[in-house]
Amino acid sequence: MKLMKALASATILAACTFGSASAADLVVGFSQIGSESGWRAAETTMTKQQAEERGIDLKFADAQQKQENQIKAIRSFIAQGVNAILLAPVVATGWDEVLEEAKDAEIPVILLDRTVDASKDLYLTAVTSDLVHEGSVAGKWLVDTVAGKPCNVVELQGTTGSSPAIDRKKGFEQALSGNDNLKIVRSQTGDFTRTKGKEVMESFLKAEDGGKNICALYAHNDDMAVGAIQAIKEAGLKPGKDILVVSIDAVPDIFQAMAAGEANATVELTPNMAGPAFDALAAYLKDGKEPPKWIQTESKLYTQADDPMKVYEEKKGLGY
Amino acid sequence: MMPIMRNYAGRLLPQCIALVIIVIAISIVFPGFLNLQIQNGRLYGSLIDILNRGAPVVLLAIGMTVVIATKGIDLSVGAVMAICGAVAASLITSGHSLAETLLATLAIGILCGIWNGVLVAFLDIQPIIATLVLMVAGRGIAQLITEGTILTFNEPGLIFIGSGSFIGLPMPIVIWLVFGLLVAVLVRRTALGMLIEAIGINRQASTLSGVLTPVLLVAAYVLSGLCAAIAGIIAAADIRGADANNAGLWLELDAILAVVVGGTSLLGGRFSIAASVLGAIIIQAINTGILLSGFPPEFNLIIKAAIIIFILVLQSPRFRTAFSFLSIPGAAGKPTEREAK
Repeated sequence: MKLMKALASATILAACTFGSASAADLVVGFSQIGSESGWRAAETTMTKQQAEERGIDLKFADAQQKQENQIKAIRSFIAQGVNAILLAPVVATGWDEVLEEAKDAEIPVILLDRTVDASKDLYLTAVTSDLVHEGSVAGKWLVDTVAGKPCNVVELQGTTGSSPAIDRKKGFEQALSGNDNLKIVRSQTGDFTRTKGKEVMESFLKAEDGGKNICALYAHNDDMAVGAIQAIKEAGLKPGKDILVVSIDAVPDIFQAMAAGEANATVELTPNMAGPAFDALAAYLKDGKEPPKWIQTESKLYTQADDPMKVYEEKKGLGY
Repeated sequence: MMPIMRNYAGRLLPQCIALVIIVIAISIVFPGFLNLQIQNGRLYGSLIDILNRGAPVVLLAIGMTVVIATKGIDLSVGAVMAICGAVAASLITSGHSLAETLLATLAIGILCGIWNGVLVAFLDIQPIIATLVLMVAGRGIAQLITEGTILTFNEPGLIFIGSGSFIGLPMPIVIWLVFGLLVAVLVRRTALGMLIEAIGINRQASTLSGVLTPVLLVAAYVLSGLCAAIAGIIAAADIRGADANNAGLWLELDAILAVVVGGTSLLGGRFSIAASVLGAIIIQAINTGILLSGFPPEFNLIIKAAIIIFILVLQSPRFRTAFSFLSIPGAAGKPTEREAK
């Protein structure tokens, strides 16, 4: 009992000293999903960088892909009395109660990268990329590049049934519709991995007359494109020339391939979701300006003309 | 010698029939399937793709067969693949020579096998639980080694293992052929295979009759770890990078399936390495066939499951008895399989 008391007072003391030390600054709690992918790791790095640039004291909690850990983290952020909470939700449902608690404590919550199935007044805003738009940026690049020439496209889909796979496919098809010169001749899942991307591309090449029938490859992520590029090379063709390669995500390795002329274009899924979030938060805290409920991040297109080696160097250190 | 050969042919007959049916089915759906040509000094074609892409599962199945024959199971092979791929990539990128990298990686695989083996043989933990430990922890270890990123490398020697070729065959095929032969000769030309089967049928009786049960058990898991290490090196070399999240993911299940399709009982005892290798090739033939067929990806798993159920039904003893009036002379050796249990 004595120990408990001692502990409790120590915590209170710690909380007090902490509170006074950073009272001038903004304290923001960030509940991250985990580090299941390179992109996620880069998002964490970017968020920390953005917080540091703005002099924000960022409290980071890694949930290791568990919603219960995220809920615990949010409750502890509320208990610590942070100024705002960033949440990258691992699943879409089950957030109402804890978001309600944050709202009662008057702590604004900003969703990063994914959204939740909860009433819109439970969070300040959501900063996400538009997956359909990403697909259509890639599609539009291809339409412009082939400029009316007939072109057979093969598509490497993401994991079957996942929302990036569904939406990136949809956006690409939207961009292609009305251009009868472009035809998707084969479409298979490569599970977002290099190994499967390579294996599936090998089968595409065999099935389409050794690759002579294929004019372009569209991959739902860069990793599959990197695998497919190797398959194209091993089949004796030149990726980037014989077969155009366009993909999504903009991870560092695709820039190396672009510098070598083996990939043509990639659409960035920016890891900097926190920057727009912090900007919206600053405006909100300053004069209570409510941001829109959805802030769409830019889906920037990179091609070989964008000095891929320089981008590679910039992105390399982000933990992709 | 002749009866042995005939017995052997009988043992492998259901697998061979299944493989032939699948190959014929694919060539109907996709006519260019059987085409083979020489490109860049190596054989090139869908059949070669099957043997090449199947390499990791074939290797895992070789180790898994021996473990299953001891009435065990090794769930950790996929994770060990990820660990070994990560070790190989991190060693080669930090400037170690190819020989050092390969030796160290194989040693790590053996170490993983010893860990599993000791848990099973000396601490008497049930194999499914003992190897589950490393299955769960292993991927984490691999992620620690690669620091969560895909660790890429450009060392030509290591890449050669994944995509080089030897006498016209891709290296992965050469590796599993040679390794499979070595293991098969080792267990069948010595008493090892029989002793392993004895452990699988009755561990206590084998110990009492003087078999060094614990040592052989550890050796079985070491072999499985070694196989996983080689598979891990091949998988990493193939994509020129170690992907700790995805390398070998769920392949332990494919390896177990290969052993089962190969007709080795999960209850231990009689085993056949050649049949398991055939089983792995059957699984890969299904995978490649689905990719070539051009069906939408939503159907992949359903088609695979349907074909595998069909093969397992073909092997079921009841089914065989029911259709025994159709039996072919070559299949005379089949009933011995049941005697072993």
